[in-house]
Amino acid sequence: MSVIVKGLTKHFSPGAAPAIADVSFEAPSGGITALLGPSGAGKSTVLRAIAGLETVDSGSVAIEGRDCSRVRVQDRNVGFVFQNYALFEHMTIAENIGFGLRIRRRSRREIAERVAELLNLIQLSDLGRRYPSELSGGQRQRVAFARALAVEPRVLLLDEPFGALDVKVRVELREWLHRLHEEIKITTLLVTHDQTDAFEVAEHVVVLFDGKVAQAGAPHDIYDQPSTARLAQFIGGANMLKSDAHADQAQMTSLGVAMPAGHVSGQRVHVLVRPHDLRLTRSTQEAPDLNLGEILHLRRVGGYVKATVRLSNGDHVAVECPKSEIDDLGIVQGDSVLVDVRAAKVFIEDYSI
Amino acid sequence: MRHTHGTRAIRWLLCGLALACVGTLLVIPLVAVFVNALSAGVSTYLGNVTHPETVSAIKLTLLTAGVAVPLNAAFGVVAAWLIAKFEFPGKNVLLTLIDLPFSVSPVVSGLLFVLLFGRQGWFGPWLSDHDIRVIFAVPGIVLATLFVTFPFVAREVLALLQTQDSNAEEAALTLGASGWQMFWHVTLPKAKWSILYGTILCNARAMGEFGAVSVVSGHIRGLTNTMPLHVEILYNEYNFAGAFATASVLALLAVVTLALKRVVEWRSAR
Repeated sequence: MSVIVKGLTKHFSPGAAPAIADVSFEAPSGGITALLGPSGAGKSTVLRAIAGLETVDSGSVAIEGRDCSRVRVQDRNVGFVFQNYALFEHMTIAENIGFGLRIRRRSRREIAERVAELLNLIQLSDLGRRYPSELSGGQRQRVAFARALAVEPRVLLLDEPFGALDVKVRVELREWLHRLHEEIKITTLLVTHDQTDAFEVAEHVVVLFDGKVAQAGAPHDIYDQPSTARLAQFIGGANMLKSDAHADQAQMTSLGVAMPAGHVSGQRVHVLVRPHDLRLTRSTQEAPDLNLGEILHLRRVGGYVKATVRLSNGDHVAVECPKSEIDDLGIVQGDSVLVDVRAAKVFIEDYSI
Repeated sequence: MRHTHGTRAIRWLLCGLALACVGTLLVIPLVAVFVNALSAGVSTYLGNVTHPETVSAIKLTLLTAGVAVPLNAAFGVVAAWLIAKFEFPGKNVLLTLIDLPFSVSPVVSGLLFVLLFGRQGWFGPWLSDHDIRVIFAVPGIVLATLFVTFPFVAREVLALLQTQDSNAEEAALTLGASGWQMFWHVTLPKAKWSILYGTILCNARAMGEFGAVSVVSGHIRGLTNTMPLHVEILYNEYNFAGAFATASVLALLAVVTLALKRVVEWRSAR
């Protein structure tokens, strides 16, 4: 039941940079795979190519081990959910959900039963006779899910399904999708630009940059072991600091960071530090000024404090720590603090934002 | 408060001006048509309206609209669909051609058909060999009307299809619908009101067209006179009561059309 994509390439206009270039990955069977990337990275193009809504210049798509390159959209048996719901506005909710079955010429009774079952699944049993325009965004998107699931597709393709919803509904629907997937283990591909969507729902993440696969793997692997500095920046906030490479490690305050293979001693390197991997302590007279910093801003966000610290070399770093930690130290804006690094990762490539 | 008072005065002034303009330019003439038509009494009016030549003109106008409107509605939907949903060579040419009847004077359009199908025209000899009359006959009038009312439905539907994305159509495809099923179940219902609206505009123009039809008609009474042409003939003969009586029927058809249009607008706004 897996989806295997091999070497997908597509140019929208000849001569221009390809929308997607040699995209290959495998979406494991029965799991949720997120296609994550900034807008314009080609995520939707890949998804539409899998559905057959987009032709490709080269490459192949195999669903359940069957090559689909020459199969029409109608015969691929995929469920597709759009960002803007794309419901049939002139049909009732029940008619929307039953559309695929009606096209398949199923009996009225069978359609009615399946629609009732799906309305129950999306918790909208009372709204079957309503029209899409009478529903809220979150409800409409659940109807779109039900419509896609009605025909028992082999894969479920979701194109920014939470993109048009406000934050609260977005979180609710994300959790709903997660629970739904626990119930019906359908192979699912989720396109999103929001890393929270990807990390909270998916067990496999494919990151796309500029139409190419930047990295694929389990969410925590991508977070902890990003393959490039750009990817590290994209996945979660990150500070990018400069350091010098020594024999086998770069010195970051009290922490020696292991160097990746292929570095040259004395070379300038970039060191990635997550905001929550920085620790603030009170500055003391004896401390070396190497890691001394001044608190520029201090913002309390729920149980967390987000601080911007100017290091003695002029670099600004973002720091995140629990509120209690700051309260215990009694740190306020303008204070001098010591910044300690708990974990970091070194990149020797050229990096610029 | 003074400020809002001032704007209210201006609002009333502007509304009054607008209403005065509409009244002078639109309402008074419309009323005048009916007043003049009925000036010689109801029996004269009924006599004028049921005059065989007037009845023939009404029939011809209805026939012309009856042929031209459905054809142009069908063509308009197909053309709009093609232009909005597909990329093909010659798309821009097609777009320009659709607008051609709007940009060319109707008289020139009529002349065009005379040049094509008239006795000295390109197809003239072939047509007279086969004893087919186009110019100065009903086919010519229908053709000219078809040409002039060509853009209405196409433009109206195209405007709708171009502003809406194709996601609903694509959803239908992924659910297994064939191209035809997608068009029938998704696109057509979506475009329903704009098709109807375009059709009503097309109908209004088809019934009222004068210039192009005048050139190809030949003004044969009881045979090739549509209502607008018949009004002109009667008027030129100083038969004002007759002219206004025919005009009143035409105006009545227009009022019905406009009322239909209002209903469609009201329904589609809901």
